[in-house]
Amino acid sequence: MYSEKVMDHFSNPRNVGEIEEADGIGTVGNPTCGDLMTIYIKVKDNIIEDIKFKTFGCGAAIATSSMVTELAMGKTIEEALEITRNDVANELEGLPPVKMHCSNLAADALHAAIDDYKKKLAEK
Amino acid sequence: MIYLDHSATSPVDPKVFKAMEPYFVDSFGNASTLYSLGREARKVMEENRKMVASLIGANPDEIIFTSGGTESDNIAIKGTAYRLKDKGNHIITSNIEHPAVDETCKYLEKKGFNVTYLSAGEDGIVSVSDLQDAITDETILITIMHANNEIGTIQPINEIGEIAREHKIIFHTDAVQSVGKIPVDVNQLNVDMLSLSAHKLYGPKGIGALYVKRGVRLEPILHGGGHEKGIRPGTENVAGIVGLGKACQIAKENLEETEQYVTSIRDEIIEKVLSEVEQSYLNGHSTKRLPNNINFRFKSIEGESLVLHLDAKGIASSTGSACSSKKLEPSHVLLALGLEEVDAHGSLRLTLGKENKKEEIDYIVKSIKDAVETLRKLSPLWCQVEQ
Repeated sequence: MYSEKVMDHFSNPRNVGEIEEADGIGTVGNPTCGDLMTIYIKVKDNIIEDIKFKTFGCGAAIATSSMVTELAMGKTIEEALEITRNDVANELEGLPPVKMHCSNLAADALHAAIDDYKKKLAEK
Repeated sequence: MIYLDHSATSPVDPKVFKAMEPYFVDSFGNASTLYSLGREARKVMEENRKMVASLIGANPDEIIFTSGGTESDNIAIKGTAYRLKDKGNHIITSNIEHPAVDETCKYLEKKGFNVTYLSAGEDGIVSVSDLQDAITDETILITIMHANNEIGTIQPINEIGEIAREHKIIFHTDAVQSVGKIPVDVNQLNVDMLSLSAHKLYGPKGIGALYVKRGVRLEPILHGGGHEKGIRPGTENVAGIVGLGKACQIAKENLEETEQYVTSIRDEIIEKVLSEVEQSYLNGHSTKRLPNNINFRFKSIEGESLVLHLDAKGIASSTGSACSSKKLEPSHVLLALGLEEVDAHGSLRLTLGKENKKEEIDYIVKSIKDAVETLRKLSPLWCQVEQ
């Protein structure tokens, strides 16, 4: 039911872990529903120079988390904000319909991390 | 591949397949016809009806061939409800039934029947005193499964049956998971109806049976040419019936031996996983369960991911029932045990079969341990548990 690309990112997830003193942290999902993901970003000169994730969830949840970190790495904040759920699913060569809504939360987690970064920046 | 999903379906035993083969191309007759080809089909069908009856201690005339467990459950439940609707409108079942029973009861609720869903306890077993309390003057049917398809717990069917007899209430049990795995005798169990399916006991898919005790009357839910006493019309699936009969015969011959062998593998896997994987638990009663059922729960990880990792290691397993794996909600059975949703998501079902080998145990245990560790490294919930 999953594409080869999904299985690749699921089996060999990229950028797993946490970033100490991250510039932005975003968590979305709900463990009750079976999916919870946290994305950490390090930003320098408006560019995402490091990004890591931790995810509790199904194959799609893990693969989309891994994919979104690949897509966002090295992008400017503005470019990263343009990454959508559909971009993530397309890059993974599609997701099963039932997973499109519930488990495709990685872009939301990225945007939440960027919001957190902007908030912290404004407070400085 | 190590196949550990026998409660989803089992491979067809080669002896079963061989017995079925002549009934497709050569002996293809319609069992309702008068010429010798048809008479031969009728004869072989009746011989196999005896084999099915023999496995469960029934009389051959009490066996109705159906297309499988779901159809047997529907015929038994709807057929009784429609037949007895003038006598009462109350049905008692449990909250851990297979969807074939659960959804049928929900359908009948929409049609005006009242249904009581007895709660299984934390151990996954229905309480007999709860059942006693639920009976009213309106109760016309009790339907409680023999063994649960997800956690394998065995229900006190003979005690429930005694109570049903006292109150003259029709009692049906879905024994799809237990027939061929543990001794099943319709008289000892005090049941009026019992559903079984061939593909759970090394027979083919698409064939099953409903035991209907002599004297029990059903309103047909299908109408047609009057086959199977008018309860299940339709040209008989002779090859399938031969497959079911042969599977029942083999199961009966090897029942005790297989039960002991599979139980020993089950207990060794359970013991090793619980001792080697931290924060791992067994769902459901530890001994009142099917010899082939293991249902683990691992803290902070999600079951589907675990199934995918085990698949990559050549092990076929499942998160709950195969029927619910297309849905995203945790299984209703695990929630019925009182588990939190987040914990219910972290469950893994392994269901063993006679072809599994003792030499595979260490590989299975190590694969589970490695997969759980890999997923916990990814899980934001695991850090919280560690801290």
